[in-house]
Amino acid sequence: MSEQPTVPSAEPTSPATESNEVVAPSSRSWLSRVLSSSAGRNLGLVIALLVLFAIGALTAGERFTNFDNILTIVRFASIIGVLSIGMTFVIIGGGIDLSVGSVMGLASVISTLTVIQSLAEQTSWIVMVVVAIGVGTLAGIINGIVISYGNVVAFMATLSMLVAARGLAEIFSNRSTQIVRSQDFIEAFRADFLSVPVLIWIFIVVAALGWVLLNRTTFGRRTVAIGGNREAARLAGIKVKRHTVYLYALSGLTAGIAGVMMLGRTTAGTSTHGTLYELDVIAAVVVGGTLLIGGRGTIVGTVFGVLIFATLTNVFTQNNLNTSVQDVTKGVIIVLAVLLQQRFAARNKR
Amino acid sequence: MIKVDHEPILLDVRGATKRFGAVRALKGVDISIAPGEVHVILGQNGAGKSTLIKMLAGVHTPDEGTITWNGNAVTISNPVAALELGIATMYQELDVVDGLTIAENIYLGHEMATGGFSNQSRANKSATELLNRLGHGSLSPTREVGSLSPANKQIVSMARALSRNAQLIVMDEPSAVLDSEEVKNLFRVVNELTAAGVAVVYISHRLEEIREIGDRITVIKDGRTTANGLPVADTSTNELIRLMTGRDIDNVFPARVPIPADAPVVLAVENLTLRGVFDRVDLSVRAGEIVGLAGLVGSGRSEILEAIYGARKPSTGTVTISGKPVVRGSVADAVKHGMGLSPEERKSQGLLLDQPIFTNVTLSSFDRFARFGFLNENAERAAAREQIEALELRPADSDNPAGSLSGGNQQKILLARWLVHGTTVLLLDEPTRGVDAGARAEIYALIRRLAAAGTAIVVVSSEIEEVLGLADRVLVIADGHLLTTTEATKISEHDVLDLVMKGSAA
Repeated sequence: MSEQPTVPSAEPTSPATESNEVVAPSSRSWLSRVLSSSAGRNLGLVIALLVLFAIGALTAGERFTNFDNILTIVRFASIIGVLSIGMTFVIIGGGIDLSVGSVMGLASVISTLTVIQSLAEQTSWIVMVVVAIGVGTLAGIINGIVISYGNVVAFMATLSMLVAARGLAEIFSNRSTQIVRSQDFIEAFRADFLSVPVLIWIFIVVAALGWVLLNRTTFGRRTVAIGGNREAARLAGIKVKRHTVYLYALSGLTAGIAGVMMLGRTTAGTSTHGTLYELDVIAAVVVGGTLLIGGRGTIVGTVFGVLIFATLTNVFTQNNLNTSVQDVTKGVIIVLAVLLQQRFAARNKR
Repeated sequence: MIKVDHEPILLDVRGATKRFGAVRALKGVDISIAPGEVHVILGQNGAGKSTLIKMLAGVHTPDEGTITWNGNAVTISNPVAALELGIATMYQELDVVDGLTIAENIYLGHEMATGGFSNQSRANKSATELLNRLGHGSLSPTREVGSLSPANKQIVSMARALSRNAQLIVMDEPSAVLDSEEVKNLFRVVNELTAAGVAVVYISHRLEEIREIGDRITVIKDGRTTANGLPVADTSTNELIRLMTGRDIDNVFPARVPIPADAPVVLAVENLTLRGVFDRVDLSVRAGEIVGLAGLVGSGRSEILEAIYGARKPSTGTVTISGKPVVRGSVADAVKHGMGLSPEERKSQGLLLDQPIFTNVTLSSFDRFARFGFLNENAERAAAREQIEALELRPADSDNPAGSLSGGNQQKILLARWLVHGTTVLLLDEPTRGVDAGARAEIYALIRRLAAAGTAIVVVSSEIEEVLGLADRVLVIADGHLLTTTEATKISEHDVLDLVMKGSAA
């Protein structure tokens, strides 16, 4: 046996992938292990949020810390937040959806068309909600089919949808603002429940459902598997193409919900709703620790990512700083988050 | 060992070693190349040929050993340094850029420029001269490389080497992508190069070719030189095969279990064809039988396995499992019918390296542990643990990421996956690649146990010894054709190599 060569049969084309060593877990320090565990990375986000809060409290005092302002921050975050939950699934699954903002705009326009609003008046405002969510989901399914079965790169497929959905929204609305006529609809979304606005509740419910879906269901498991190693998932018998369609449908669905929330907040549908939201959404997801290459990410991280940006905006607004400074800060935060991610990804690559 | 003292030595490598992590790819290689000769490097897959030529190309630097170039000790620390010395390498996967023209490719990295602006007409003119030298003056230097045949891409790659004034050109299996007519032209070009004093290092599995083109041969086995500079003319084929394979065959393979006479055919493959890759393959495997596919890299053996599994869609042919047809080109259907594949590239095709062992084990069966779509991770862990214990997977913590395990234990994860799923047909592609000797014996025993329990198994391996030792029946494949089917005990490694080398010389 001792004569048996220890060289494996493979040509070691790449040393990193051919290493035959068992990596000793103790070779990493306690701190770095904690920080690279998922709880540890979320801990970093908690700290970042607390630091922002501290800055807000120090610079703006009571104006920042009062309960109403906190609610404002979260309400501000809720629409981006709902979009980010859908985006988290898409990115964990190894894709990207650039179309969410404009699909959301399209959903807001179609659900406020005269014909839909008349139907809603005769029946219930729920019709508008159903139409908006239906429009979003349909756009997502189209994205998914083009990507999965047309083999179009997700970036290009959803970029096309971004442009096309915006154009469609302009055609349908004739570039005008369509006021929501149903008072019931407006009341429903203006209301508070347990002194927390309905928009925030929607975000909470969507995030909670997203968490369950990602962590507790076969759907979530498939998503992680496909994003982690598409080929391995396929060879294990997972229907990768079909699931990819579901992922974009889910993202479209959240865009539909976000469209409804936008109607609730602004009481009007227009083709400009959601312009450039995709960037804020992707930024929030990435800052929340989801790897852009897929396979790893958390809903909790995304929620923190969303809250961090919303808080940042609020701190700047409270201090009457202009939005340009804010944008620079945002950019720096995104780059730092991605740099941290890459170091993390490099360490885990074997 | 033959010393050619009177001849000058262009390149001399002494005692080169290289390790990647725990893997010792080279354990001491000597090679000595004279100007104007065609020096063949022979060795089985994994012997260390690639590592050696990457060392000459400056991709890897040796851990120990010396490299002497034209009498001077040198270190080749990067690819540019290699080119500056005069060593050019033509890899198997040709490193030409499809979107650029022939001239642009030839001068890639040392563009002809005047004051920062590329001088295209001058580049085109000298490219034509180089192509002329290679007997391909008819190729227009402005043609896009993507539109060329593999043979012509090779010419471009050679012209690039000449443009660098290479004194040594390393060719890694240049004939693998060529038909016999193109091979003849390649040989003509090689002869012209050597006549002009350029040395060529030629790597090929095809013994006939080596006899035709080679001057001397260096044989590498398991990272060591077993013969240095043998003259081709004086060395018998038998001798070469013995030098390549002559390892002691340990008693690592488990004893064969007689297959009951009434064992049913579980996997039946008829007339399976993937156009351009393999042609009309018939194959049947009975319950409890291990069938091995032997052939060289590129013979189509992995593709056959993938087509049976549906990972590639075959052009024609049928696959049935216990008499039931499987939807062509559908992995999901194959898995549903009880087929499982352990893929060739464990890390890139088999595992979620970031994810815990247990989700890797249940990757094709987690649905079964779920109720209304809700996962039952405890049940998954329990099922995984059962297999972890049965297969003696170490470390045994089911929550460890799969990427932290050794090659052998990662292979066990894949076997565990299909054990949990419960397969009647198991396809194993390179089941012991990157697995050390001790774990190999364990995996062989496991595969035999699975067969004894009634699974029909197909094994593909680039190590012929492994196929012969493990399988009950062996199918020899070359160039996408089934050459012969025989009982594993009735054929030797030597016979197989002889068959495939003759068969693929086409």
